[in-house]
Amino acid sequence: MSFSVPSSLEAELDELTTHYPVKRSASLMFLHALQEHFGYISKEAMEWTAAKLELQPINVFELVTFYPMFRQEPLGKTHIKVCRTLSCALQGSAELREQFCNRLGLDSHAHTAQTTPDGKFTVEFVECLASCGTAPVVLVNESLHQTVSPAAAEEILRKGNLA
Amino acid sequence: MAEQFKLITKHLDEPGFSPDIECYLRHGGYAALRKAVASPSRELADGKKLSPQEVLREDVKASGLRGRGGAGFSAGLKWSFVDRRSGKPIYLICNADESEPGTFKDRQIIHRDPHQLIEGMILSCWANDVKLAYIYIRGEMPEGARLLNVALKEVRSKGFLGKNILGTGYDLEIHVHRGAGAYICGEETGLIESLEGKRAYPRIKPPYFPAILGLYMCPTIVNNVETLCHVTHIVNMGAAEYAKLGTPNNTGTRIVSLSGDINRPGYYEIEVGKVTLGQLIHDSNFGGGLKPGRSLKAIIPGGSSSKVLKAGEVFKLNRKGPDGQMSKVDVPVLDLPYDFDSLQQAGTMSGSSAVIVLDDSRSMVVTLGNLSEFYAHESCGQCTPCREGALWLAKATHRLTHGEGRKEDTSYLAHIAQNIQGRTICAFGEAAAWPVLSFVKKFKDEFDAQGAADEAARANGIPPTHRPSPVVTLNLH
Amino acid sequence: MSAPAIPAPAPAAPAPPPVETLTVKVNGKTLQVPKTHPDWQGKPQPTTMLQAARCGGVDIPHYCYHDKLPIAGNCRMCLVEFGTLMMDPATRKPILNEDGTPKISKSVLPYEPGTPRGAISCATPISPGMEIYADSPATKQMRESVLESLLINHPLDCTICDQAGECKLQEYSVEHGQAGSHFVEAKVHKPKAVDLGPRIVLDDERCILCTRCIRFTKDIAGDDALGIVNRGSYNTISAFQTGKFDNNYTLNTVDLCPVGALTSKDFRFKMRVWFLKETKSLCTGCGTGCNITVGSREGIIHRYEPRENDAVNGPWMCDTGRLNYKWIGRPDRLTEVRVNGQKVTWATAVKDIGSRLIRASSGSVALIASARQTTEELFLLKSLATRLGAVTDSVPREGEADHLLVNADRNPNTNGTRLTGIAFTEAGMQLPLIAAGIEAGTIRTLIVFGEDVTKHGIGPELLAKLEMLVVSDILPNATTAVATHLLPGASHAEKRGTFISVKGRLQKLTKAVESPGDARAEWEFLHELVHDVTGRNGFTSIEGLFNLMARETPAFAGLEWANIGDKGVDVKI
Repeated sequence: MSFSVPSSLEAELDELTTHYPVKRSASLMFLHALQEHFGYISKEAMEWTAAKLELQPINVFELVTFYPMFRQEPLGKTHIKVCRTLSCALQGSAELREQFCNRLGLDSHAHTAQTTPDGKFTVEFVECLASCGTAPVVLVNESLHQTVSPAAAEEILRKGNLA
Repeated sequence: MAEQFKLITKHLDEPGFSPDIECYLRHGGYAALRKAVASPSRELADGKKLSPQEVLREDVKASGLRGRGGAGFSAGLKWSFVDRRSGKPIYLICNADESEPGTFKDRQIIHRDPHQLIEGMILSCWANDVKLAYIYIRGEMPEGARLLNVALKEVRSKGFLGKNILGTGYDLEIHVHRGAGAYICGEETGLIESLEGKRAYPRIKPPYFPAILGLYMCPTIVNNVETLCHVTHIVNMGAAEYAKLGTPNNTGTRIVSLSGDINRPGYYEIEVGKVTLGQLIHDSNFGGGLKPGRSLKAIIPGGSSSKVLKAGEVFKLNRKGPDGQMSKVDVPVLDLPYDFDSLQQAGTMSGSSAVIVLDDSRSMVVTLGNLSEFYAHESCGQCTPCREGALWLAKATHRLTHGEGRKEDTSYLAHIAQNIQGRTICAFGEAAAWPVLSFVKKFKDEFDAQGAADEAARANGIPPTHRPSPVVTLNLH
Repeated sequence: MSAPAIPAPAPAAPAPPPVETLTVKVNGKTLQVPKTHPDWQGKPQPTTMLQAARCGGVDIPHYCYHDKLPIAGNCRMCLVEFGTLMMDPATRKPILNEDGTPKISKSVLPYEPGTPRGAISCATPISPGMEIYADSPATKQMRESVLESLLINHPLDCTICDQAGECKLQEYSVEHGQAGSHFVEAKVHKPKAVDLGPRIVLDDERCILCTRCIRFTKDIAGDDALGIVNRGSYNTISAFQTGKFDNNYTLNTVDLCPVGALTSKDFRFKMRVWFLKETKSLCTGCGTGCNITVGSREGIIHRYEPRENDAVNGPWMCDTGRLNYKWIGRPDRLTEVRVNGQKVTWATAVKDIGSRLIRASSGSVALIASARQTTEELFLLKSLATRLGAVTDSVPREGEADHLLVNADRNPNTNGTRLTGIAFTEAGMQLPLIAAGIEAGTIRTLIVFGEDVTKHGIGPELLAKLEMLVVSDILPNATTAVATHLLPGASHAEKRGTFISVKGRLQKLTKAVESPGDARAEWEFLHELVHDVTGRNGFTSIEGLFNLMARETPAFAGLEWANIGDKGVDVKI
């Protein structure tokens, strides 16, 4: 299947490019938008971005592998990012992640992001989400859940199952 | 009883206060901008005339405002370093990449009062002849980015941003730029590289001082969200009035992020130096004390990079006596005024003003393991000592928290950390090393005991136990 | 490397302007050093601590720094402790000790004033009165710790590493390292034997991430093909797609790599470097005249490497030129002297040619000499031609030029053919005349050196009309096949002589290996032939021959072999 970017998205990205005196600056914004649209960033998406911004594909590949928010493979529909760092850890984020993993049949000792076979959920430990006062926090797709109790975690799973 | 002083956070939790511009205007918003651009030039005693923009630059200097991002450097001085003779455009970047563990103050401003930031930014840009500015916001704050974009659209429609702002002939554009999950983007030159569409590798200084060779090799100002908000208040209050807030050399207010083992975690705005660490932790209108039956073990006073303070420590601080003479005074840790200079004299820093409290239920070994893993994950890997050392530290602490410690691990950890600090391209080296150096120094017994216990267990043929550890995401093997 | 080049003797050159200097101390020794040094692009920039130390003969160890690449400052190997003048903030003048010497404030960590702070000497400019402590205990400790860090995740597979013997990690470990490592953790594993491109293999575990290869490829070769993927300790040098790193300069990254991470597919596992004999010579692939080092062992060439010459190629060379040695050892090399198909001795052949040439009537001989012959050979051929009244020419060889080193003129010595008078402004102009002469029967003898004239308008049917066809070449071709007199010549690696680049740089070729069989350097048998035909003598050595040529050729006036040096001299073209 050939890679193609809808013209509306391309127009949006072309507008974004005008925000910068140097096209290359738009790289991260391009990758966010492409990831949002395609669910992940494929090699084709990197090549497309490079061509649009007059770069070499390696310039984009360097970014995709440096910035942890970018993914090279599709993730679950509900992406659960549990904060791992100190303040959340002190409030039980490891247990919270374990709860998510156990309920979804994922390995709670795995080092990287894990996705359920049905593609519904991805659970990942991430570094500080800058909401330490309401620890433990979980970013579910784009929405931040604060002071997440075991019951609140169940609710996140329930909603994800309905999604 | 110590009180909050709400300057920046004044409206944040006010019922009915919303992030839209109409609400902000109803609360006196953009008055500072109108005031500044309409202000006359100022004649100095020596006959020199300052333009209105120069007046604001001087006022920021006179206000004593120090950067709220971490280093606490004078904001006015930072502005004064800007190369204004190069003929190149000057850029301003708002550092909204809030990611120092423990810190969550900028998030509050962006989410609840984005116009306060934008007004401060417009003022700062105007004062520095900036025509194009960016807000570099953490990738993990998509809602914040959305709110800022809405707010920018609003200010444009009101004529506070864009062409010919308020009829002054001054043009400015501000764009929101999203990061994508890299702590190192908080370092200003790493942030600049990232904004240029590259890996966030901090630049070597010399020669790449942002004030001279910053974004696109042009003079660039990078200021923290909270710092920029203060500019609005300096204009509103006047520099002299503002400088009366806080304490000498530590003026104004700061938003302290409190988290960890306390009853009332949250953000609290204080006059700098007018509230002590003890008050922040124990007072009922701040942290509200520890959980029942718990006692204080340690305080990480300025974000996870700052050197840890141990309960019961006493520091020698320079104090001015009633006779005006400076003398050394013993100050117990809880009596340390929460400001830049006192914490520095106590051998640590107020950093991003994030206080993480640890009670006596916590293992310092496990706590350090959590932090070291953070730094191993976040090291950009550009320069040798940090690239190799940060993961080395994480592996060593991981061993210690998984029953495979050695007696010599305390000095081993110190050895690794000593060889990182001061030898790296950016301050991340210190950030990774300081927690280690301070933990193993101040809690040496705990680390020694851990290593000894593991050695004894191994000698007796007991397999390594997996202690409860809030860690493990990195591929450490 | 960046020591000021010894100025070539140029009598008319105006005196250079006085160099502004600064006074600094390096390891306690007071030095006057130039205020500026050229940066990687040759632009003057404030002198760095590393450059100042070099002026005092002190080499500060470094990995990522390279004179001809943008500064990265990432390896931290060149960290040094230093001190600066203590200034009085009021008067802005140095504060003095009681003995009148300036007070020095040593660099310390601002948060730990008892601990020295290092600065990277590659990027830190010097200031007046600065003191650089390149061998202080603190500096040594910094180096030691950087080396320890670089080695913790390194595979330490030196026994099978191609870089062994020329590895900076090995060298510095001996000079600056410590015997043991504190490291007891598991190493990071990374990709091994990555097929980066047609000529390059990458071992990411050996890589120390100095980024020299990335910077070279982007900023010098102009092909932004390499980068770093992943983050932190997992950082890995990579191309977007394996196997596609393929510009004409990729092999320079192997030279630049201070460790054994980037290896040449052509050279890897072939030879331990310490067995190689190194011979300073030239690349003959085009008119640029890149300086090279030939690595050979027991008569076999194993590699070419660029030899730094700022007047010509800097430290680089192209991949085409670097691999242009393969044919030298080809089994079908011409190794026998033949007259009318019969193998004969050199003496027989040269005598026979000489006696026939003496009898040839003026104008009945033509001579075509390749612009791949040395200037000395061309000079001898020209003397022969002058005596015989022979028309002479050469064969142009054009290709595409690139932005860096490759010249459109693929002949290494076009200027040699011009300055000796073999060819005129446009080489090849005479070739149709020669062809017509043979056709008409006026030209009955043709002497060809180093060209297959059948590809240049003088086909086999014309050659068949000749009474005598003297051909010297290295490899067989359609012209050598029909020669009446076949003289096996020497490749550029098998003889001495000079070439003159397109820009007029006259440079020396040095013999690295012996020619196979009876093949001989052309100048050696040519001088006998010239003697037999013209009666001239006095050039039995290459030095004597060059000096004679210099005396008789206006462009070389004043030159002597002994004064050419390893990096050549400019001549008027």
